[in-house]
Amino acid sequence: MSGKKVFLLGNHALAKGAIAAGCNFVTGYPITPASEVLEQISLEFLNYPDRVYIQMEDEIASIAALIGASWAGAKTMTATSGPGFSLMQENLSYAYMTETPLVIAVLQRSGPSTGQATLPGQQEFYQARFGAHGDYEAIVFSPWSVQEMFDLAIKSFNTSEELRHPVILLADGEIGHMRENMVLPDPEEIKIVNRRRPKTVPYPPFQPDEDYIPPMPLFGEGHNLLITGSSHDSNGFRNADPELHRKNLERMKKKVQTRIDQLTDYHSELDPRGDAEIILISFGAAARPTYHAVRKLREEGIKTDFLRLRTLWPFNDKVIGSFLEGKTHAFVVEMNQGKLVREIERVGNKYGVKSVLVGKIGGVVHTSKEIIQKVHSELKKAD
Amino acid sequence: MVKKKIEKNNEYYREKYLRYIPTAFCPGCGNGIILNALVRALDRLVENGQLNMKNLVAVSGIGCSGWITSPYLKADTLHTTHGRAIAFATGVKLANPKLNVLVLTGDGDGAAIGGNHLIHAARRNIDMTVILVNNQVYGMTSGQTAPTTPYKAITTTTPGGNPEHPFDLAKLVEGANGSFVARTTVAHPRHIQKLIEQAITHKGFSFIEVKTTCPTYYGRRNPPKDPPSMVKQLKEITSRTDPNKIPIGVFKEEQRPTFYEQLMSIKKVKTEEE
Ligand code: SF4
Repeated sequence: MSGKKVFLLGNHALAKGAIAAGCNFVTGYPITPASEVLEQISLEFLNYPDRVYIQMEDEIASIAALIGASWAGAKTMTATSGPGFSLMQENLSYAYMTETPLVIAVLQRSGPSTGQATLPGQQEFYQARFGAHGDYEAIVFSPWSVQEMFDLAIKSFNTSEELRHPVILLADGEIGHMRENMVLPDPEEIKIVNRRRPKTVPYPPFQPDEDYIPPMPLFGEGHNLLITGSSHDSNGFRNADPELHRKNLERMKKKVQTRIDQLTDYHSELDPRGDAEIILISFGAAARPTYHAVRKLREEGIKTDFLRLRTLWPFNDKVIGSFLEGKTHAFVVEMNQGKLVREIERVGNKYGVKSVLVGKIGGVVHTSKEIIQKVHSELKKAD
Repeated sequence: MVKKKIEKNNEYYREKYLRYIPTAFCPGCGNGIILNALVRALDRLVENGQLNMKNLVAVSGIGCSGWITSPYLKADTLHTTHGRAIAFATGVKLANPKLNVLVLTGDGDGAAIGGNHLIHAARRNIDMTVILVNNQVYGMTSGQTAPTTPYKAITTTTPGGNPEHPFDLAKLVEGANGSFVARTTVAHPRHIQKLIEQAITHKGFSFIEVKTTCPTYYGRRNPPKDPPSMVKQLKEITSRTDPNKIPIGVFKEEQRPTFYEQLMSIKKVKTEEE
């Protein structure tokens, strides 16, 4: 990849990624450890005459404004942390129901509640999937480096625009506050996807193409749009008919699930000797010491595979299963008391794999030594 | 060529501005009067070349008031979550400043759960028109007390009389520095129409409180119970001149830069420097 080598703060890389993706409307409410994203955007937007940053009165208003702006044609984002994300959930559900593209960057910190507000955590794995009310599919990406803060910010926008669906960029305070070398790609090299637009006016706002994606008409184009979070027909008329509701929700699910292989992106490094007995699985900041631990374990002679989830949701059972098959143990390294491990266990049970949580709370990232110790003690038990 | 003057009867307004009727409002509800005044105001603005219906976006919240524009008004409409209409509308306006943004909200929607958005949009002077329909009660959920329910009034959740005092919403928005602030009632339909015309053409945050009747859930428990007397009462207790009555009219009309103008002016300074 050609581009410019830079040394950047994770949150600034995220902001730059959003800007490179064409994001032109950002709202926010100050919160640790996400504030630097908003600060950087508000600073850089000074150089863009038609891009808007506005600090709203709370996180509820932040996401509300994004939805309105998205229907007026903007590519929108906000950044927050766990507590702010909780406040956004009602309107996030509205965005799912109205198929409104927008991006929420969530910089996880250690909770519950204000918890250890200044320390990182990985506790919103399920909030990002199931936090909003109702029945919907979530798309959630997870970066482990400053480079990926930039890259996945772009991917979040492209995916959100392509599918007409909200996307969560689930980072953590550790990556957000880390400074690292990265490459800013040349703008011509960045692939940008914009939402599909209808070819006729008026166009029904919820009329999908055959691939389940509805092209998006915008305010001010003469469509007389009727947008509502209530159950609706393709024209947007409220209608609580059971069949209509079922079909609509099933279509929205298919919209995501039929693209699961395109959406799920995993970073794997298999033991070069083949036939690994165990696998270490992680995401985000916790994947960094995990990566190191895998190398050490291999040096010790334990054949070990490494798997890092760049996409947390949707969860690709088939692909994850192919990594688990044939292993005795799957060690799941995460900064919480067991979240991703539940999914790994669910899939691993089909293959007789023992899933083991290597959890850590307290706002401190694992050391590779801690991970290795856990692997040792578990393998000893198995002997 | 002589342009034939179209006769503007109900059929004309219905055809041109409504998706369909009859509305789902209860008999005797004031919402129909507001819808009627609204379409007449819009028509006047269109006729005067002050509004292109294509650019109108009507944002509404949850509650009976939200239905005035969604689904009935034939325009772009955004029916939002409870209390958040003004926050959604802020996004619409700032993302495309060419749009004329109209918000229909109620007293529960706009002054209780959404009160924070109301004062901040006023303070920022976001260029939008907010029509707050004040029926003094939660109508859609069948008659609970609201922050606008009069002292001692009976509602389903104040069966012994309301122990709280209501907001003066016009004063609230004035205090928050909204640039156009007015109040009227459904007993004054032509006044509603005129205020809407003024508010939409006003540049900046415009606020109209329309006091209305909810015979079904407010009138049922509080005198005078029947719809005609309720409207008559609104006429009696309000006045443009009598200081002892609830004031109606325009309380504030001020020209100052909108949020968007301020934001753009900051950018210009930045680009000139570079
Ligand atoms: S409940 Fe009250 S406000 Fe709602 S439609 Fe009926 S009369 Fe009107």
